[in-house]
Amino acid sequence: MDVIYSVNGPVVKVKGTKSFSMQEMVYVGKKRLIAEVIGVAADFTTIQVYEGTTGLLPGEPVEGTGAPMSVTLAPGIITNIFDGIERPLNKLEEISGAFIADGANVELLDTEKTYDTTVTVKVGDRVSAGVCYCTCPESAVVIHKCMLPPLSKGGEVTWTAENGEHKITDEIIRVKDETGKETSYTMMQKWPIRTPRPCKERLPISRPLITGQRVIDTISPIAKGGTAAIPGGFGTGKTMTQHQLAKWCDADIIIYIGCGERGNEMTQVLTEFSELIDPRTGKPLTDRTMLIANTSNMPVAAREASIYTGITIAEYYRDMGYHIAIMADSTSRWAEALREISGRLEEMPAEEGFPAYLPSRIADFYERAGYVKTLGGNEGSVTIIGAVSPQGSDFSEPVTQNTKRFVRCFLALDKNLAYARHYPAINWNDSYSEYIDEIADYFKENVAEDYMQTRQRISSILSKENELMEIVKLMGADVLPDDQKVLIETARVIRVGFLQQNAFHKDDTYVDLDKQYRMMKIILLLFDKANEAAGRGVSVSSIRETGWFERLIKMKYDIPNDKPEMFDEFSLELTTQLDGLEAQEE
Amino acid sequence: MSLKYIGLSEINGPLVALEGVKGIGYDEMAQIKLSDGTKRLARVVEVSEDKAILQVFEGTRGLSLENTVTEFEGRPMELPLAPEMVGRIFNGAGRPIDGLGEIFPEKSADINGAPINPVSRVYPQNYINTGISSIDALTTLIRGQKLPIFSGSGLSHNKLAVQIVRQAKIADESGKGFAVVFGAMGVKNDVADYFKRSFEETGVLSRVVMFLNLSNDPIIERILTPRCALTCAEYLAFEKNMHILCILTDMTSYAEAVREFSSSKGEIPGRKGYPGYLYSDLASIYERAGIVKGAEGSVTQIPILTMPNDDITHPVPDLTGYITEGQIVLDRTLEQEGVYPAVSILPSLSRLMKDGIGEGFTREDHQTCANQLFAAYARVQDAKALASVIGEEELSASDKAFLNFGRLFEKHFLGQDFNENRSIEQTLDLGWALLSQLPREELDRVDEEHLNKFYDPGALVALGYD
Repeated sequence: MDVIYSVNGPVVKVKGTKSFSMQEMVYVGKKRLIAEVIGVAADFTTIQVYEGTTGLLPGEPVEGTGAPMSVTLAPGIITNIFDGIERPLNKLEEISGAFIADGANVELLDTEKTYDTTVTVKVGDRVSAGVCYCTCPESAVVIHKCMLPPLSKGGEVTWTAENGEHKITDEIIRVKDETGKETSYTMMQKWPIRTPRPCKERLPISRPLITGQRVIDTISPIAKGGTAAIPGGFGTGKTMTQHQLAKWCDADIIIYIGCGERGNEMTQVLTEFSELIDPRTGKPLTDRTMLIANTSNMPVAAREASIYTGITIAEYYRDMGYHIAIMADSTSRWAEALREISGRLEEMPAEEGFPAYLPSRIADFYERAGYVKTLGGNEGSVTIIGAVSPQGSDFSEPVTQNTKRFVRCFLALDKNLAYARHYPAINWNDSYSEYIDEIADYFKENVAEDYMQTRQRISSILSKENELMEIVKLMGADVLPDDQKVLIETARVIRVGFLQQNAFHKDDTYVDLDKQYRMMKIILLLFDKANEAAGRGVSVSSIRETGWFERLIKMKYDIPNDKPEMFDEFSLELTTQLDGLEAQEE
Repeated sequence: MSLKYIGLSEINGPLVALEGVKGIGYDEMAQIKLSDGTKRLARVVEVSEDKAILQVFEGTRGLSLENTVTEFEGRPMELPLAPEMVGRIFNGAGRPIDGLGEIFPEKSADINGAPINPVSRVYPQNYINTGISSIDALTTLIRGQKLPIFSGSGLSHNKLAVQIVRQAKIADESGKGFAVVFGAMGVKNDVADYFKRSFEETGVLSRVVMFLNLSNDPIIERILTPRCALTCAEYLAFEKNMHILCILTDMTSYAEAVREFSSSKGEIPGRKGYPGYLYSDLASIYERAGIVKGAEGSVTQIPILTMPNDDITHPVPDLTGYITEGQIVLDRTLEQEGVYPAVSILPSLSRLMKDGIGEGFTREDHQTCANQLFAAYARVQDAKALASVIGEEELSASDKAFLNFGRLFEKHFLGQDFNENRSIEQTLDLGWALLSQLPREELDRVDEEHLNKFYDPGALVALGYD
């Protein structure tokens, strides 16, 4: 039997053994704490423990499981809340009460609950890896499809269970492969968390992830199967933005990873999401959501694992043909967990104490996103949206910089905007999306032919304003010529009326693409008409007195989401009024 | 009877090593007896088969390799707990120092606590009325929240903390009473005295548990102080159903103690020499706030920290801000202009505010009023910046209006007397009266309905301000 040699925080060493392999899951000590092998050498095997190590004694046993750190994949995941190593928090509460105790070994998924199962193959069918053999409703909106594991050889179905209520451990089918070996499959499978699940091929990105948040959808859109990072100092609204995306984006399933963040925030997600109704399905948002909560005071090694647990579950649902969006809040905490463990291993640090392999770990994570054709022939996608918490709000720190290299959509949160309570505090000048060209066709076909030109004009007004503000800051706005004054006023309408969005307003919290387009169009109409009037010699102050700038700022509240025809009335009135303005004699 | 070990094999700063030991657990406590009969506490920070490294809380002065006897206790550091702790004073390691003798413990608990299961938490929604306008209106304190005060040396954070303790009122009367747990880490003797005296004068001392680690006490003990304070707070809140306000000051001294300890262990430093795990370490303190299902009490934390060189990006305030649910930032310029409390509202924030205010909690117009005050005060900063370049005379009429608003806002809204306790109605009415000093069309965060109800340029004078 192997025994503990030394303990230092979450790192445990075993001396002189050959019985463990890399990344094997092991049980440590008499309490059977869950742990993973992270280093194997002739003299010492190094193990990181996913629970608190207080009271662990040298000499206590270490027991291998022979398998890598894996997640259990079966019905029962959606609507549930887990810790970083897929232990259901509800079950932990039953065992140890309000405070989490160490060494609580629980079943990962409920093996007693039965599901109304439909077997979708029959005896004699030929099946291969990734083929769905049974389905069952997992929540009100998600149909769970059990698929032959990616590594199975496939073959001929020799037996199937009856349709009806089944537990996840029940045998559903038996498959005989070419060598004549028969394997039986239940509704449950396991997959190692650090290995990406295979797919048939990666498809090019072509569809946006519609979020209903104007600054994202129009200024820097996210794509299905893409990656996005949301960096921002504390108080700039990272979590708020993540929550808004989790609530309203048009993915089928949301996986929300609270990685090293606040306990109360997870509670908020739990309560709020069960009360909110998803407009697309009419069911509570929890029905399409699963949560991983590894708060900042929970063991640091499990925080490191939580990201992988989340992405593996996402890939599993992707293989069923769903579109998944992962919110990881925050990846900086995960990077810090890497740093903490690296420090305990006395590895040579690179920048700011982070290990030298930080960039490759970040790349590995984001590369698991994608729009794919699955082994079973479906199309599915995993979109990753990672929050980054830069130290000292300094975007040049290693985690932000390395993340920037591997994501293609960057939503930079700005402290000054947040201080002025401009929410979402996404800075339109610093943010970018590389997906614009790839998803342009979608907007053209589904919203309007000139959507892309419209959004381009809006961005260029904003960037011109940015230049002019340099002058305004030095000399005041009064010195500008009339056309530039009109531009500054219009930019203000865009900033306050369009980019600012009120998450607590029933209409404004989610705005569909059509309304977004119409809002942009009417702002540009005002811009053109005001410019025309200024060209006729009408003073900017009389244009301002028409009140249209203020009216458009408030149109997000005044025009309900279900009354797009009001935009036409607005446009007509605006045109008449501004065309009627006459130049006044001095 | 446990084994006693004579002598040590190495002493390095606050750390000592013992070789040839057996059966020592990680995080276990030990007592080191010196030849002169005095005892010191120590904790195991690293163990291997035959060697243990211990951290000595009272420092290693006077220790030699031969004059000690070490006895291991076989369990992690525990704090004896009893309801009678309320009203008592302890040192940083939880021993009574008020001369009233030991307490009779009802139980003891591991001072490291255990993480609260997120599904067992109750989302905090009840606000605490502090009677201070800038906090109540703009960074509302919620029961179960952790809301730090970011301050600087010489600013009036202690005064503010005392005022909060004195005036804090809970909207409804659930739970069994209210108590303050006060943890002082590395504070000066007279600061500790100031708190003691102020609590006495306001008659709350009988409801206060104090844990004092003064600036000349051993730094290693400082690492225990907040943990002792919070263990006591959790016990009173979750087992005795009391509402606990926990004030921890000064978290910067605490973090410096962590750094000193880390470097003496020879760990790889992160930013500014602080260890890489400072975030997790601070989180293990701050996250011990909240409300759990099945208990009527709550733990609300107000940690105070001084920002070295007033720098909010320094690792301690920075990491704190990432863990806590907002922050109240004090500003030196405001303080110098004579504004008390010098709350700089723009960088201040209360994350739990949005769900704890409005109809049924404070007043229906609270959020709107707060949004507009923030937006208007942000405009004031732009106008100030412009005025400093082109001069106030040259400003446009609207910029001038904002400058005027800014002055009135700082004087009447932010500024208030140490003994002034404003109700939430008074605070919000004052907010609207000040906003009404601006042209109506500048209030772009307010809808027509609210404008009709609250916009009244004469209100400020009517409320008795000039």
